[in-house]
Amino acid sequence: MITMTTNTPTTTKDQPAATTAPGLIPLPPASARITAVIGAATTFASTFLAWTWTEAFPGNLTISGYPGGLQVLTLTGALLTLLFLLSGQGIRGLRWLTPGGTNSPVLLLALGTFAVTWFAVGAIAVELGGLVNLEPGGWIAAVTSLLLVIAATALPSDLPADDQRPATGTWKRLLHSFKAPEPGRAAPLPAWIEVLTIAAACGAGLIVFTYGIGTEYGQLFIGFLILTGFGAPALQRSGLVRRFSTLSQKHRNVTITAAFVAAAAFPFTQESDTYTSVAVSILIFATVAVGLNVVVGLAGLLDLGYVAFLGVGAYTAALVSGAPTAALGIQFPFWAAVLAGAVVSMIFGVIIGAPTLRVRGDYLAIVTLGFGEIFRIAMQNLDGTSGPDITNGPNGIPSIPDLKFFSFDLGEPHTVLGVELGRFANYYLLMLLFTALIIIVFRRSDRSRIGRAWVAIREDETAAGAMGINSFRLKLMAFALGATLAGIAGTVLAHVEYGVHPDGYKFVHTVPPNSAFLLAAVILGGMGTVSGPLIGAALLYLIPAKLQFMADYQLLLFGIALVLLMRFRPEGLIADRRQQLEFHETGQLDVPKDSATGLTKTEA
Amino acid sequence: MTTATPTPPAAEAQPAATVLSATGVTMRFGGLTAVQNVDLTVNSGEIVGLIGPNGAGKTTFFNCLTGLYTPTEGTVSYKDKVLPHKSHLVTQAGVARTFQNIRLFANMTVLENVLVGRHTRTKEGLLSALLRGPGFRRAENQSEQRAMELLEFTGLAAKRDHLARNLPYGEQRKLEIARALASDPGLLLLDEPTAGMNPQETRATQDLVFAIRDQGTAVLVIEHDMRFIFNLCDRVAVLVQGRKLVEGTPDVVQSDERVVAAYLGTPYEGDTSAETAPEDGPEDTTGTTSTKDTEGGTA
Repeated sequence: MITMTTNTPTTTKDQPAATTAPGLIPLPPASARITAVIGAATTFASTFLAWTWTEAFPGNLTISGYPGGLQVLTLTGALLTLLFLLSGQGIRGLRWLTPGGTNSPVLLLALGTFAVTWFAVGAIAVELGGLVNLEPGGWIAAVTSLLLVIAATALPSDLPADDQRPATGTWKRLLHSFKAPEPGRAAPLPAWIEVLTIAAACGAGLIVFTYGIGTEYGQLFIGFLILTGFGAPALQRSGLVRRFSTLSQKHRNVTITAAFVAAAAFPFTQESDTYTSVAVSILIFATVAVGLNVVVGLAGLLDLGYVAFLGVGAYTAALVSGAPTAALGIQFPFWAAVLAGAVVSMIFGVIIGAPTLRVRGDYLAIVTLGFGEIFRIAMQNLDGTSGPDITNGPNGIPSIPDLKFFSFDLGEPHTVLGVELGRFANYYLLMLLFTALIIIVFRRSDRSRIGRAWVAIREDETAAGAMGINSFRLKLMAFALGATLAGIAGTVLAHVEYGVHPDGYKFVHTVPPNSAFLLAAVILGGMGTVSGPLIGAALLYLIPAKLQFMADYQLLLFGIALVLLMRFRPEGLIADRRQQLEFHETGQLDVPKDSATGLTKTEA
Repeated sequence: MTTATPTPPAAEAQPAATVLSATGVTMRFGGLTAVQNVDLTVNSGEIVGLIGPNGAGKTTFFNCLTGLYTPTEGTVSYKDKVLPHKSHLVTQAGVARTFQNIRLFANMTVLENVLVGRHTRTKEGLLSALLRGPGFRRAENQSEQRAMELLEFTGLAAKRDHLARNLPYGEQRKLEIARALASDPGLLLLDEPTAGMNPQETRATQDLVFAIRDQGTAVLVIEHDMRFIFNLCDRVAVLVQGRKLVEGTPDVVQSDERVVAAYLGTPYEGDTSAETAPEDGPEDTTGTTSTKDTEGGTA
């Protein structure tokens, strides 16, 4: 009997009652559920009321029947909470939402809705000077979202399959209520439904990203961060993320194509170039972070001067771009400029790597930091007075002409499919091709003899040597490949930003890209993964860009955020399976249960 | 020595080719001479043991053989070619090793660990990894096939997707051997393969080493477990304080007074007083038991 009950969570989802423990607040589960449904529904309804009387608060929360600004976020949160609640009740047609945990995603979403609502109410009160500025709608939303959270904490908590002990103590029980069982094996669906699901997921990702990048004022962006901050773990607890990753493994090419199409669709959702310019910067930053992930995530070489290679690529492209102030008065076609940027970066990678890679660990970090600064200072001094005039010193190389492919000028707006694509949209689409290329390079080199050797060196260099791996040569290869990828991104960067300037390639700066932010993007997002650095880079670019009112405290908050992340999620936002197991003792759970090969039989 | 052991000395009958020959290997760390003028040969199809008290220089000698250390004097050659002092070139030449303290790639899967061992026997570079031509796929498939063969051989095939760090101790030792074998070595160096193992696991390791020998790989093994060594080896060398004391068949080594003295100590030679008398007692008995065993073995 005991084995029966422990096996149920993995094998079937028919008996969710067997995998739950009493909730935090002693309420009968039935009444907790009803209260939660009422709370979610009324919170949802309250967003259609006016929350404040004046349009002085951004987003116009004054119109009844038409949610705006932060109200939309509360609405989304409440709606999702309601859907997951009903799914947990086993309502037909919604069960697919919660293949894993049922109540922990509800609790997380309820908390997210509550946090967004109270943040909105608080922001109104602070901004407009007092609670008196709240209309009844605002009060109702605050009360109902509080009710929702209380009811959600009273819901019985899910129990993961490997941890059936009831937790003791309030804090432990609170933590416990966020845990959820892994979803069981999905029933096979027709292939076209699976493909549609992947497409829908990519579309949803595009919508979330577009909304986040298009947030017009700081409060809305903070609200967006709060809701996604609670929503993402909720999706993970509900088992949807696991389901999606299983699907995406099954249809690898479809997923990659869908993600690429979704990313390419972004400029078509924009009416002006305001946010595509942000997007192209994110894309460049993210691409360089993926390149750095080869060096840091795979080969385990801590490179604190990586931005120098971006600079080498950018300067090379600027010198051969035909800019009026460029010392070389030549103009290469773009493909040749990219090639030149890549090759020169690679050469610099080898030149810098050959001496520095003889030291290990902390010493390597310091030496690369030094070389990164040497690059910037050298660019500053090659100005004709303290050295040969190559880079115009602190003036940089401005007014790089826009790229032209045949008669297609990337600097001019073009109308494609009825949408006018501006200059930055053009560069965004160009950069996307390079991003795709660099992701392919990362993935393919990871899953090969070379990639395994890099990971082996990261794990134990001496043992790797004893396995016949020439560790110096392979480390140099990783370093040079990383430099090449950064150089390619740099050539596009030079054109997007109209010019190059030595101060763009510092070790640390309040604006990305710089070496510290690049490394942070990799670590924040997750070392050794592709999506990790992409998400990390997007966050690290958007947060300083959107929240300019806290520019003075930005690095402080950034530091605190990194400390907290290292304490609670050292493997980064997107965990590489290997990294996750390294940091969290989880026994034998590493054996893939949904292995497509079918060779793994843990039961055998 | 109660356990019956298969001791097939079949290889000795043939004229054995020398696989490894170390001549005059000396390793000095500053003023300390860890290994002094040690000669050792390993012939093909042979299992050679290297024993000695703690600190005798066994592992240092191993490190000299495998290029981790550059010996102060002396040369090491494998199949008549002098080995370079770079560990990856030594492995490339055909000498693979395991470590005294397990040094697996802890956060790689069992299969990946063995695939890393294939590194020297495959040559698909970065470019072919990026282009993913048919040659690359073929090489990857072949590597995986060979790795799975080795996992079957060591009995780890069922755990191919486990992380190395999650294996129990005995299986980690086996995996280290499988990883070393993946480089298709002509000589395998095992540094204390049974340290920390229970008698059953030791027996299993013994059978594994015999199986490796039968596949045509010569084995040089460091071990403290005397029963294991004397059951296993065709020839045993004893290293004491950096010098080779004795070399010979297990019988010869077991009955050598100096070996016993090195392990158990000798009475202070200048002292003839009665104090040493009690210590002579146990030493004598050990001597006699080993002689008995030798007689039993030869009879």
